[in-house]
Amino acid sequence: MSIRGANLLTLDGMSREAILDVLDTAESFFEVNQRTIKKVPVLKGRVVASLFFEESTRTRLSFETAAKRLGADVVSLAVASSSVKKGESLRDTISTIDALGLDAVVLRHRSSGAALQVSRYVPHVRVVNAGDGQHQHPTQGLLDAFTVRQILAERHGVVASVSGSSLFEGLRVLIVGDIRHSRVARSDIAAYSALGAEVKVAAPGTLLPPSLEGWPVTVSSDFEEALAWADVVGLLRLQHERGTGSYVPSLSEFTSTFGLTATRVPLLKPDAIVMHPGPMNRGVEIDSDVADLPQSVITRQVANGVPVRMAVLYLSLAEKKEL
Amino acid sequence: MNLVIRGGTIVGPDTVFRADIRIESGVIVAVGEALSTANATIIDASGCWVGPAFVDIHTHLREPGREAAETIASGALAAAMGGFSAVVAMPNTEPALDNVPLVSYVLAQGAKTAIDVAVAGAITLGRKGESLAPLAELAALGVRLFTDDGTGVQNPLVMRRALEYAAPLGLRLAQHCEDEQLANGGVMNEGVLSAQLGLAGRSAVAEELMVQRDIALVRLTGGRVHFLHLSTATSLAMVTAARLEGLDVTCEVAPHHFVLSEEACRTFDPQFKVHPPLRPEADRAALHAALSTGAIDAVATDHAPHTPELKDLAFDEAPAGMLGLEHVAALTNEALGANPVAFFNLLSRGPARIAQLRASDARVGLSAHGGVIMVGEDANVVVFDPSQTWVGDRNALHSKATNTPYHGRPLVGRVRSTIVKGRLVVHEGVLQ
Repeated sequence: MSIRGANLLTLDGMSREAILDVLDTAESFFEVNQRTIKKVPVLKGRVVASLFFEESTRTRLSFETAAKRLGADVVSLAVASSSVKKGESLRDTISTIDALGLDAVVLRHRSSGAALQVSRYVPHVRVVNAGDGQHQHPTQGLLDAFTVRQILAERHGVVASVSGSSLFEGLRVLIVGDIRHSRVARSDIAAYSALGAEVKVAAPGTLLPPSLEGWPVTVSSDFEEALAWADVVGLLRLQHERGTGSYVPSLSEFTSTFGLTATRVPLLKPDAIVMHPGPMNRGVEIDSDVADLPQSVITRQVANGVPVRMAVLYLSLAEKKEL
Repeated sequence: MNLVIRGGTIVGPDTVFRADIRIESGVIVAVGEALSTANATIIDASGCWVGPAFVDIHTHLREPGREAAETIASGALAAAMGGFSAVVAMPNTEPALDNVPLVSYVLAQGAKTAIDVAVAGAITLGRKGESLAPLAELAALGVRLFTDDGTGVQNPLVMRRALEYAAPLGLRLAQHCEDEQLANGGVMNEGVLSAQLGLAGRSAVAEELMVQRDIALVRLTGGRVHFLHLSTATSLAMVTAARLEGLDVTCEVAPHHFVLSEEACRTFDPQFKVHPPLRPEADRAALHAALSTGAIDAVATDHAPHTPELKDLAFDEAPAGMLGLEHVAALTNEALGANPVAFFNLLSRGPARIAQLRASDARVGLSAHGGVIMVGEDANVVVFDPSQTWVGDRNALHSKATNTPYHGRPLVGRVRSTIVKGRLVVHEGVLQ
């Protein structure tokens, strides 16, 4: 199940080979991004629409930069701030944009499943899910795996693109925080486990999904023990602006029980990798000082977003089968 | 118009037998072998079941307020095509059916259609769950069922008062069982699949708690409750136990809950969004198995038309509900297998008893439904071919809306003729 010529809607059920295909392709685009001239016009003449029905800065910029570096024309619509409001038919909006003659849609939507719905409305267009509700954020999962593999490859002095999934064997990944409402958690868990890592989650009972049956994870019973266990610690944004605050007694109690505070940093392995998909709530899920420690690779995640999204757009579009 | 239904299998409450039927002036005038066809339109019923036309006690006709989705007239056409001679219009219109003028309006519009349209009144004013609607005044118009459907009556004290008030009037309260606080705005069944799909769940417990609460309130007050669209095995078990205890409770199941499971939500297609939600396969199978045991009084459609633009929203934003009138007979037939007695008990006799639309009930302006095929009965009769195969098609519906989850689904069994008050409304599968 490769993404070549296909939509990227979810990482759930994606094979190790398909994920490695993206990561390896992203490695070559990573090289391109180190050059002075960062363009490879493999998508010249193609039209990519970036449709963000929900506020986003980094994901939208990252996708649009990726598309432009591949030579595509980018039609950008920040729907969250345009006239399109909750209640407008998703089908109508997509049909309007599609009339411009699209090859691909990068879609961010507040509703789970929106990307799959859009893929049914415009079957001739490749759809890349840039985050749908609480369901999936596939490119975030891919760029997190890419970042981890790159760091481990540097440490081991191996070439990431020839290492396959070997660096994930036995790797211990801890994902902390609002698993229940997090599309990043769902995509990260799918990516890491497909690549062979062992995944543990830590969260207050209210922020775990109503069922974890079938999820390739174990639940930590002791957060601090889990911190000492982990090679990779992935923090999640506590989305208290969406009312998830009512799931915990207070933000300060969340921080004192599940925050990566300065006092907990000594528990971490010295070479542990600390990640966060952003935007961070400094002082809630992560202490401000901790976010700026060398173990923290948050800006590297942002930087890697571009080559990974270049790979996704390239694979999805460059080998698009003519319909 | 004189009609002779020839060569069919007459389905009674317990048995079946071969006979012809002659209908004159809206009444069955003869039942027997080789009846005279003089001056009569002949309906060939060979290979078909002939029984009392169906009664739907859970139909959302949307008028007044949302006529773009359905009107009383269009809903009646869909009902006739589905084999129904009577439907009970649910009160969650805009505004709600909570007063005499509005209920009178719906009854008057219903009287212009080819079928009988009864009305379920709101239990509380505006369906707000706070103060009682004028139940006695509405009862005088012939309203026998009351419900705040769309939601249940959340406040247990209000429900208690409603039961106490309704009981001596001989009225039954129909409850949409879901505790909205516990359901918490969820959009599909809560469980393994909702967690995977990132969709907010509606817990089965939200339904079961209210079923349990209302059984306790019936025990306390001696009132009568009809449980709308039960969707879990546990809910049904509680109602069965309450019935054995001697409480006056009845229940219905909607076709989607014994045909579809929550797996359909994997597609994120809002056609599969409904409240209570589609449940896991184990619940679907339990309801399916219970259809033929007598534990379920009625199959009721919860026919819920919505305009295409609303069903084209994202799953969590789209309204809940799906069409049912034109497919329910086929779906029930398929689920039951060759069981004509249970088929007519679930689609006609059971619902007519709950809605108090039988010959022995005190009806106002409506004919008798859900009876037996015998001389002197009002001629509300359906001819159903249990073996005809066809395919669900949203473009071939008579409803104004097209939100059916059965588009493209092979169906077994089809209504050939619907006769309402002696009038041939559907003949050879075509609206007359």
